[in-house]
Amino acid sequence: MLSVTWLLIAVPLASALVLLLAGRRADAYGHWVGVGASAAAFVVGLIAFVQMLGLPGEERATSVHLFSWIPGAELNLDAGLLVDPLSMTFVLLITFVGTLIHVYSVAYMEHDPDRRRFFAYLNLFVAAMLLLVLADSFLLLFVGWEGVGLASYLLIGFWNQRNEYATAANKAFIANRIGDIGLIIAMGLMFSAFGAVDFATVFDAAPEATAAQLTAIGLMLLLAACGKSAQFPLQSWLGDAMAGPTPVSALIHAATMVTAGVYLIVRSAPIFNGAPDAQVVVALVGAVTLILGALIGMAKDDLKKALAASTMSQIGYMMLAAGLGPIGYAFAIFHLVTHGFFKAGMFLGAGSVMHAMNDQVNMRRFGALRGAMVVTWVTFGLGWLAILGLPPFSGFYSKDKIIEAAFVGEGWQPWVLGGAALVGAGLTAFYMSRLFFMTFHGKARWTDDQHPHESPLLMTVPMIILAVGSAFLGLILASGDRFTHWLEPVTGHVEHHEPVLPVPVLIGATLVLVIAGVVLAWLKYGRRDVAQEAPTGSLAAITARNDFFQDSVNRAALQRPGQHLTRTLVYLDATVVDGAVNKQARGWAGLGEASRRLQNGQVRSYAATMLVGLVIVALIIVVGGL
Amino acid sequence: MNPMNYVILASILFAIGSAAVLLRRNAIVAFMGVELMLNAANLSLVAFARIHDQLDGQVMAFFVMVVAAAEVVVGLAIIIAVFRARQSISLDEPAELKG
Repeated sequence: MLSVTWLLIAVPLASALVLLLAGRRADAYGHWVGVGASAAAFVVGLIAFVQMLGLPGEERATSVHLFSWIPGAELNLDAGLLVDPLSMTFVLLITFVGTLIHVYSVAYMEHDPDRRRFFAYLNLFVAAMLLLVLADSFLLLFVGWEGVGLASYLLIGFWNQRNEYATAANKAFIANRIGDIGLIIAMGLMFSAFGAVDFATVFDAAPEATAAQLTAIGLMLLLAACGKSAQFPLQSWLGDAMAGPTPVSALIHAATMVTAGVYLIVRSAPIFNGAPDAQVVVALVGAVTLILGALIGMAKDDLKKALAASTMSQIGYMMLAAGLGPIGYAFAIFHLVTHGFFKAGMFLGAGSVMHAMNDQVNMRRFGALRGAMVVTWVTFGLGWLAILGLPPFSGFYSKDKIIEAAFVGEGWQPWVLGGAALVGAGLTAFYMSRLFFMTFHGKARWTDDQHPHESPLLMTVPMIILAVGSAFLGLILASGDRFTHWLEPVTGHVEHHEPVLPVPVLIGATLVLVIAGVVLAWLKYGRRDVAQEAPTGSLAAITARNDFFQDSVNRAALQRPGQHLTRTLVYLDATVVDGAVNKQARGWAGLGEASRRLQNGQVRSYAATMLVGLVIVALIIVVGGL
Repeated sequence: MNPMNYVILASILFAIGSAAVLLRRNAIVAFMGVELMLNAANLSLVAFARIHDQLDGQVMAFFVMVVAAAEVVVGLAIIIAVFRARQSISLDEPAELKG
């Protein structure tokens, strides 16, 4: 069965091609083709997973050779798939959550004339993401990496007749390209250091490389991860990317693409293990992003943008864990899986709310939706409880482990990283509760034309399934450290480390902060009336509402200097380089023009010229005495 | 008689010949100027042969005569062709091939 894992990628890809080529003819049934392709990929993944479970731990990693891709003397690269517990985890998450989102989209996009095209892009995205996680070399991973970049560009800009949506798609694409440069440089560095870019060779050779080489590669991989995972300082695209249809936000921005950065870091574990400096930077980037995202989430009134900020923040947790080294890898992936469920569920819930409220996203115009949309309220509520990290819901098992792991270490590190993780938990509780209460509780602040109603079954069933996962998945995977053991063949076995503070104290502190956050949010947004217009707020609120002026900072720090630089270069090119070339050409032309006069066709002037020449030669001979 | 006188005579003849080539418009006259310059050259070659008591100059004079005869054939043909085309043998008029 493992030998047909290529079907995982081929089926959705083929479906995407068929849907795109078939055009309008497939409008009637195209969406079901898309759902079928995604479901088929899930079935293939599930069968492979069951087979893998039957093998002992050390035999679970299988390489599947596909074809000889780049044969050469120096660089010999085969296209192949690496099926191991880590990639299998991703395969199941992507195809399972992806299929649910496909089903949901059938209803959500029902009235869109381009629904078939939407499903083609979704399939393309799933295929690219599966290629990304299954690739057995950095170069093949890069193909998938670019594939999801393309698919997300197409999906974010799906409604590109609106200019701002097209701009958002461009922004996401460009921010991702900046990160991609990191991956390209990292591959170049790997080639110079190891002469190869496939996982097996690179990871085998990594322990022999110098720390400087590994640090350089690690930092470049981090840059790539920052772009894809919307981590500081490349996080500004994620909020705008909410322009796409909501199922896209659920698929790309919760369960799959933005987590690719975390996957890259964990997959490159042998490199980071030899580069402690790079690891610290990864953890710091994660910590900064988790606080930054939480602060932005606290100020947003746009339902989807608040969720996007939350995604950024939760991915920050994963990056933080991935930066902690072997003790954090498994927890990073664990949190990624549970987050994939509860955040996708909440995004679908947000889509359901928008569906009910005429695509309104301003939370200040919501309130009291609990009665009108019971299923959405319950499923969203389970996701909310999961992200809060309250036991026994999913988030508790993954986030709490990250907080504990962040407190392991020496010197300043556990206090800074652990402190950030702990504070982040409280902030998360506050902004998610704010979002939840503003949407579903309090008084109705609807505009007159809104008549909230529950969504159709095709939308609610995926939400219910994801909500069940949000509630119980953490407990199931955490019991007996099942998930950690499952990943051990990839992340390695780790001896237990004691945090600098006792574990019960940490759990207690986390819970106290979380409950404080919820209570504060209830007092401010649940019990009291919420103003329909956002108050001006303090400087801090304005700053957070504007994404910490990230766009302005980027514009001032990067865009403007870049523009000035290019303008200067264009000017220099036009005056200096072109000037020199043109002046020289004009000089030669002048010389030619002058010598043209000599060729006047007059026989006697030619004869005179000859005579003058003869006299000059004679004079030289006589006077020079030659 | 001092053979240098022949050289001086040759110089004078050469000057007259080149003046004819440079100053006269009539192609036939200019052609005669060229003949005169060739004769001047022949005269100086023979004079130098006498001065140095060697026959090389004499031999070269014969070569020049042969070349001159050939040149007359080609030159006169060109002049006739030009005259047929333009009804004129002025040297200044045909300048179509100028740069």
